[in-house]
Amino acid sequence: MRKIEFRTAVREAMEEEMRKDPLLFLFGYDVGEYGGEFRVSQGMHAEFGDRRVQDAPINENGMVGLGVGASITGTKAIIEIAFMDFLPMAMDAIVNQAAKFNYTFAGQRSVPLVLRTAMGGYIRAAEQHSQCLENWFVHVPGLKVVVPSTGYDAKGLLKSAILDPNPVIFVEHKFMYPMKSEVPEEEYTIPLGSADVKREGTDVTVIAYSYMVHLTLNVAKKLEKEGISVEVVDPRSLVPLDEETILNSVRKTNRVVIVHEAHERGGWGGEMAAIIADKAFSDLDAPIKRVGARNTPIPFPAQLEEFILPSEDRIEAAIREVLA
Amino acid sequence: MEQNDPITQINAKDIRKIYETMLKIRMFETKEKDLIQTEQEGFAHSYVGEEAIATGVAAALRQDDYITSTHRGHGHMIAKGGELGKMYGELYGRTSGYCRGRSGSLHIADFDLGVLGANGIVGGGIPIAVGAAYSIQLRKSDQVAVAFFGEGAMNQGLFHEAANMAAIYQLPVVFIVEVNHWQCGVRYETVYHPSVIENVAIRAQSYGFPGEKIDGNDVVEVYQYAKKAIENARSGKGPYMLACYTYRIETHFMGDIDIRPADEVNEWRKNDPIENLERRMVKAAIMSGSEMEEIRDSVSTQVTQAIDFARQSSKPEPESALEHVYS
Repeated sequence: MRKIEFRTAVREAMEEEMRKDPLLFLFGYDVGEYGGEFRVSQGMHAEFGDRRVQDAPINENGMVGLGVGASITGTKAIIEIAFMDFLPMAMDAIVNQAAKFNYTFAGQRSVPLVLRTAMGGYIRAAEQHSQCLENWFVHVPGLKVVVPSTGYDAKGLLKSAILDPNPVIFVEHKFMYPMKSEVPEEEYTIPLGSADVKREGTDVTVIAYSYMVHLTLNVAKKLEKEGISVEVVDPRSLVPLDEETILNSVRKTNRVVIVHEAHERGGWGGEMAAIIADKAFSDLDAPIKRVGARNTPIPFPAQLEEFILPSEDRIEAAIREVLA
Repeated sequence: MEQNDPITQINAKDIRKIYETMLKIRMFETKEKDLIQTEQEGFAHSYVGEEAIATGVAAALRQDDYITSTHRGHGHMIAKGGELGKMYGELYGRTSGYCRGRSGSLHIADFDLGVLGANGIVGGGIPIAVGAAYSIQLRKSDQVAVAFFGEGAMNQGLFHEAANMAAIYQLPVVFIVEVNHWQCGVRYETVYHPSVIENVAIRAQSYGFPGEKIDGNDVVEVYQYAKKAIENARSGKGPYMLACYTYRIETHFMGDIDIRPADEVNEWRKNDPIENLERRMVKAAIMSGSEMEEIRDSVSTQVTQAIDFARQSSKPEPESALEHVYS
């Protein structure tokens, strides 16, 4: 099968759906001729032209607000805000408007909006360009939150997100854009709320998403040589969450590590741990262990950033701890 | 006035409708002020004194045109054709309400009437109207979107963002600023530079579209300017702003404390938009006193019936609160 970059897979999902739906548009700064801050929309403006692929002023709240208005009146917006760190500028439009409309107006009109953004560090981008804020949105009823780890998953999930009648926060990862994976030529979708077992194992379940899946798979490969069998479960979307696949894995291995790049305190791992404690407590042979960024902002130079963000060493240590 | 009064340029049927709509808003709000302090729960914000704005603008709109409204939104909804029974139903928290009784005064919407929602966030509706206008342009439709908001909202960064996007994309949107002199408990003089205060519409210029100050208590003037602004937008010439100067006769929310000098409020009461219209209709021989009486009685009956309808409708089941989180 052909291998393409993560960013190309995302672009293909948008292009395929935009060719089918003339009222679907991509809106954001730099998405036009420039081709996107991470080159995701390269070439799209040439094909679709203004308004369908439209450069916006730098005004995140206004951009998402425009997307909400457009998406409740017969068209559909994909808003791109390249850095997740800029989403706090758009919180009213996301949290008070997009997330609430269908509920507030008792189902009169849903908001079929996709907000694409990129999280994550490991690129020496410092405090305001490295954050993982996905759990802020998990907390808000009415939003769906998607966190793919491969180009294949990203393409299938983004197509589902576009076709979903609800607002979806689609979180890509800056470090993964050039990563290649196998993506078939033919069209496919992956339903939101379907976890994927990225590696089967019997001794411990590691729940990881986005770039953390790749670090975890490296650790699993290393530990295999010692006879430790690690199962890696990628939820792929945090809302909706495929609890069944995750809990089945927990019931099989009886030991759990949750890995995310977001800060450990208040991160999604706490939510996941609570669900497991609630629904599979008697299956656990050890306390649940979390690995996340240490609770500081993300500093710039390598030796500091690497100390703060999750590393293969820290994931390995956590696995050994729950197996001890 | 008399013979040269521009009211004579509007046909009698339209004037009658305008008068009836203004009365509907007035009587709806007057009753509501009592009801919310006695038999309803929650908060509501009165549109009394500002009826000419929603009525004049809506009279110039088609049913398929869009509006976004505000926390002070009952008037916009009624002017766009909202049913009084469903509105009271919402205010009573009953299943007969526009949102099945779950959302209350701040969130009344009827998408079939093009009402994209009242909005509890000050300024929240402005970019939504601009987004609706973006959709209109993409669909190559000839609809128009109108954003109603107060001068308080005009200091939100969101207003700036929305106005700029409307201008650069030449979108069919009209910004209606209701300058009612009070931002909750703060005088508008406190939050505007003296050079802007006399005409907040001068801000439109800086974005690149026209803005005009008009008398927000004169429904004929509002209607005529709105018609011009809306036709401008409909014909692809882009956004327009009207700063409609008026006054918030009631307190910020119904039952709130009032720090305003009584003299100031009373002075504005003398400039009542409905009484102004009545006087002009008589002078121009458009309507007699008895005809007005008839309309008043009819509207009063409609309001009473709407309240009865709401009172008699059922309360939502607690479990219904779980519905519609997602579509």
